Amino acid sequence: MAVSGLLFIGFVAGHMYGNLKAFSGEEKFNDYAHHLRELGEPMLPYEGFLWIMRVGLIVALVVHVACAIALWKRAATARPVKYAVKKNTGSTLSSRTMRWGGLTILVFIVWHLLNFTIVKINPSNGETGDPDHSPYGLLVETFDLWWMTLIYLVAMLALGFHLHHGTFSSLQTLGLTNSATSRARARTAGWVVAIVIAGGFSLVPLSVLVGIIEK
Amino acid sequence: MAAGTHYLPGLTPTNEPSVQKSDDAAGFYELGEKLVDEKAPTGPIEERWTTRKFENRLVNPANRRKLDIIIVGTGLAGGAAAATLGEAGYNVKSFCYQDSPRRAHSIAAQGGINAAKNYKEDGDSTYRLFYDTVKGGDYRARESNVYRLAEQSANIIDQCVAQGVPFAREYGGLLDNRSFGGVQVSRTFYARGQTGQQLLLGAYQAMERQVAAGTVEAFTRHEMLELIVVDGKARGIVARDMVTGAIETHLADVVVLASGGYGNVFYLSTNAMGSNVTAAWRAHRKGAYMANPCYTQIHPTCIPVTGSHQSKLTLMSESLRNDGRIWVPKKVEDCEKDPREIPEADRDFFLERIYPSFGNLVPRDIASRAAKYMCDEGRGVGPEIEELQPDGTTKKVRRGVYLDLTDAINRLGKEAVEEKYDNLLDMYERITGESPYELPMRIYPAVHYVMGGLWVDYELQSNIPGLFVTGEANFSDHGANRLGASALMQGLADGYFVLPNTIRDYLADGPFEKVAEDHPAVVEALASVTERVDKFMSIQGTRSVESYHKELGSIMWEYCGMDRREEGLKTAIAKIRALREDFWTNVKVLGSADNINQDLEKAGRVADFLELGELMCIDALNRRESCGGHFRGESQTEDGEALRHDDEFAYVAAWEWGGDSNDGGQPVLHKEDLIYTAIEMKQRSYK
Amino acid sequence: MKLTLKIWRQENPTATGAIHTYELDGVAKDMSFLEMLDLLNEQLVLTGEEPVAFDSDCREGICGMCSLMINGEAHGPEVTTTCQLHMRSFNDGDTITIEPWRAEPFPVLKDLVVDRSAFDRIIQAGGYISANTGSAPEANSVPAPRDKAMRAFNVATCIGCGACVAACPNGSASLFMGAKITHLGELPQGQPERWSRVVDMVGQHDHEGFGGCTNIGECASACPKEIPLDVISQLNKDLRTAMKNGL
Repeated sequence: MAVSGLLFIGFVAGHMYGNLKAFSGEEKFNDYAHHLRELGEPMLPYEGFLWIMRVGLIVALVVHVACAIALWKRAATARPVKYAVKKNTGSTLSSRTMRWGGLTILVFIVWHLLNFTIVKINPSNGETGDPDHSPYGLLVETFDLWWMTLIYLVAMLALGFHLHHGTFSSLQTLGLTNSATSRARARTAGWVVAIVIAGGFSLVPLSVLVGIIEK
Repeated sequence: MAAGTHYLPGLTPTNEPSVQKSDDAAGFYELGEKLVDEKAPTGPIEERWTTRKFENRLVNPANRRKLDIIIVGTGLAGGAAAATLGEAGYNVKSFCYQDSPRRAHSIAAQGGINAAKNYKEDGDSTYRLFYDTVKGGDYRARESNVYRLAEQSANIIDQCVAQGVPFAREYGGLLDNRSFGGVQVSRTFYARGQTGQQLLLGAYQAMERQVAAGTVEAFTRHEMLELIVVDGKARGIVARDMVTGAIETHLADVVVLASGGYGNVFYLSTNAMGSNVTAAWRAHRKGAYMANPCYTQIHPTCIPVTGSHQSKLTLMSESLRNDGRIWVPKKVEDCEKDPREIPEADRDFFLERIYPSFGNLVPRDIASRAAKYMCDEGRGVGPEIEELQPDGTTKKVRRGVYLDLTDAINRLGKEAVEEKYDNLLDMYERITGESPYELPMRIYPAVHYVMGGLWVDYELQSNIPGLFVTGEANFSDHGANRLGASALMQGLADGYFVLPNTIRDYLADGPFEKVAEDHPAVVEALASVTERVDKFMSIQGTRSVESYHKELGSIMWEYCGMDRREEGLKTAIAKIRALREDFWTNVKVLGSADNINQDLEKAGRVADFLELGELMCIDALNRRESCGGHFRGESQTEDGEALRHDDEFAYVAAWEWGGDSNDGGQPVLHKEDLIYTAIEMKQRSYK
Repeated sequence: MKLTLKIWRQENPTATGAIHTYELDGVAKDMSFLEMLDLLNEQLVLTGEEPVAFDSDCREGICGMCSLMINGEAHGPEVTTTCQLHMRSFNDGDTITIEPWRAEPFPVLKDLVVDRSAFDRIIQAGGYISANTGSAPEANSVPAPRDKAMRAFNVATCIGCGACVAACPNGSASLFMGAKITHLGELPQGQPERWSRVVDMVGQHDHEGFGGCTNIGECASACPKEIPLDVISQLNKDLRTAMKNGL
């Protein structure tokens, strides 16, 4: 769980960084998208790197979800009778919402892949397949819709929560927080990763919505 | 001198056997034959135990797994014995009433454990620890037992460290020591204020390791309710499964009682709620002698009672007396005042006043009694508590004296005091709601430990063959008073080192013929327990078990507490008899006997306390002298100091059950003379 | 003080339980929480109702026998055991809900009493140092660095009460296990069995049916002895090392 989670953190960090290319304009952004496909050439075939990454992510996802289901199931059998009253005093909201947050992110990923990768649905006109072959164009047209931006922002909130606890939790599970100081550091890392990544991701849709990024 | 030489051939006794002249308890007991410890060793004191270990027979390893040992209790003495005997390959069955062996009350010991390691090179030695222990016990312990205890003390530390007990350490990584309880050498090993907990967990873990290995079977939530004696030998117990209510027989080749002390006879004590005398008392009723039952240690520094709802008392480590000054207001009218408003001149630092050389560090019994007298005079502090008076009426009394850390805080700084006593002061604040940094603490003595217990010989075997008794449950090592940090030492010495070396001599005669479940003695024991349980369930009177226990406690505390006198003890005996009679006709136990029933459990314990309490009073009445934890008002010096009468009472009083006094029975007193060859009796003085 | 108590009553392990409501008057601020229940029980006995069964023994916060979920918090609102919780933490007129620890490996035996023998079995699996009586070397022959000894002591204060399990949304006993693994693993004497210990204890923990740890932290906040969350990290680290060693 921790290892696949850390892989995801690496992925979303890179992804977020790439997204920020949108601020450098249409050409740079499209170049970046195209470059991802050529990365590693000629050692790797066209889109080779991308596929390695995709396979890696799929494996990580399967592991991550399988672990989550196992833990969820164990937790449910470990406490078949619930408390009539239960307070939480020592935990963060993020730590208690990992499972629902994870589900939210999973549903979001499905839409996100339909939106930008697999089908390339343009929600503003319902066209699919991105006829202009411009990732930038699809991006702007998507986030020009306020409700699309809202969906993405909600998803980023869920991601931020998930990362906030997930970062700390993975370090703890890997046994890297054996003192009060290292634990505090891991907690801070959770905040930094959550804010930087969720915040970084949110910048692009928001900027499109308010018109900083436009066609 | 003839009697003396009888016990210790070839040695020169330093005292004559005593001859009792007074007979305060006449009419309450019968005098039986003198008792002799047939297993007492001879030879120079430092060789006695080594010789005995060699002379005691061995048990062939192949035979060990055919030998069944029952151990009742899982504290330091019982847990350590279960682990050690399990390791040796015997078949051990361990019983405790708690839900886990780890909860035995040894866990609550705070201060530390003594060991004659002499790591500080401050003049400590086995002989000095022996000397301090015999002297601290006011010359009422057997010298051979005490010397053996002192000898084993160093091994205990080695054993515990190897098990992972996290003792306090110095910066170099070596073990730290402190001096404790007014002793002038640093021989106390400690794990902050939780030494008992850490030692017990060590023994518990060692025992659980044997459970995993299959040599020990643990029966938790099981209470021993009867001893099975077949052909004069202890061969098993009857226990109640406290979850299902099933009454079970467990048969074995030998039975070990490590069931702790009976301080709860006073209702309020520092013992755990469940601590009881039942295992020992059932054995007593089956013929085992009860020795020195009146020797009770009353600890001076406990948190005072706040009201009638109080269920137990909490100890504050005695180490506080190193830094705290103890006082009460000089004027009765000041007792209600905020202590900060009472000027220094109006404070009576009574221990410093009466005992100028030892001051606040006088021994436990002296400090306790002095506090009692101050409160009796009406100069106590804290809430007023309704209390039974000697004449049977009730009166409101403040039971508390101040233990003031102000001087220490001013001298050492708040931080230093905090570091020294951190969790202790927090605990005080949690219980009382008052901060010791702002207000002087209030303390009052409370029953803490009993030196009395089942009589055992040098091999820790009672007068019933096959019944061994260890730890606080036996009477053997502390005499009339126990030194601080010695209870842990004795429990572990008995469990790890003494019992395993003595029990083998008894077991070497085995394997014994198996006892059949339908043997008349087994059937009788089982039937008597069932009958007793049915009796409790059928009385359906009007009073709760708890209320009887509380009433017994107040009788014991008033008449058989810190200051015992002939008239009071006689009153107490009459009151206890009446209370016991009422109990058996008017107690109310609800629920059923076939699942958890805490009132039923308690009813059995209180019934036994009601018999024990009477015996304690008779023992106290007979012993018209003051020694250690036993203070008879009639036997004091002109300055109010305890006065011993070695010529009359240098003996162990071993009592044989003679039937319920309400049915005309009387206990039988057997005296075991105490003869010293390695040490000379002296009268102590702390002025 | 006058209180309304809502208490879980259950006749035996197989019976169906329910919350019963009692009114209790005459509660003093200086009473401990358990003395308040004693008062209730005394009154129940007089009115002919069976008293409420609950566990307690030392009543000074060290034996770990007492439990109770009080208004949704293990051992109630203060950082201490139920026996050391006093009624001054409550107000006149309060309603207090009292439930047993809830976890599949801690079955309810009666009312508020649960069976925690699963903890003993976890210790049996490896929570010890194998040192037969009499085989110990001289105590000072193996120095233990003071900081490590201090850490070992701090976590060895665990009283095995089970509050960590009760508070954990996953029903995990990782804090309990981590405390023992850290205690023994910090000491030189604990090294020979260090890796097998963690593997065996975790195996037993899972076998008992405790939940998995997701590092939520409710355990550490409920712990009356303030065992920190880093013992779970230590457990994980030791487990990882053990697996690397092929155990």
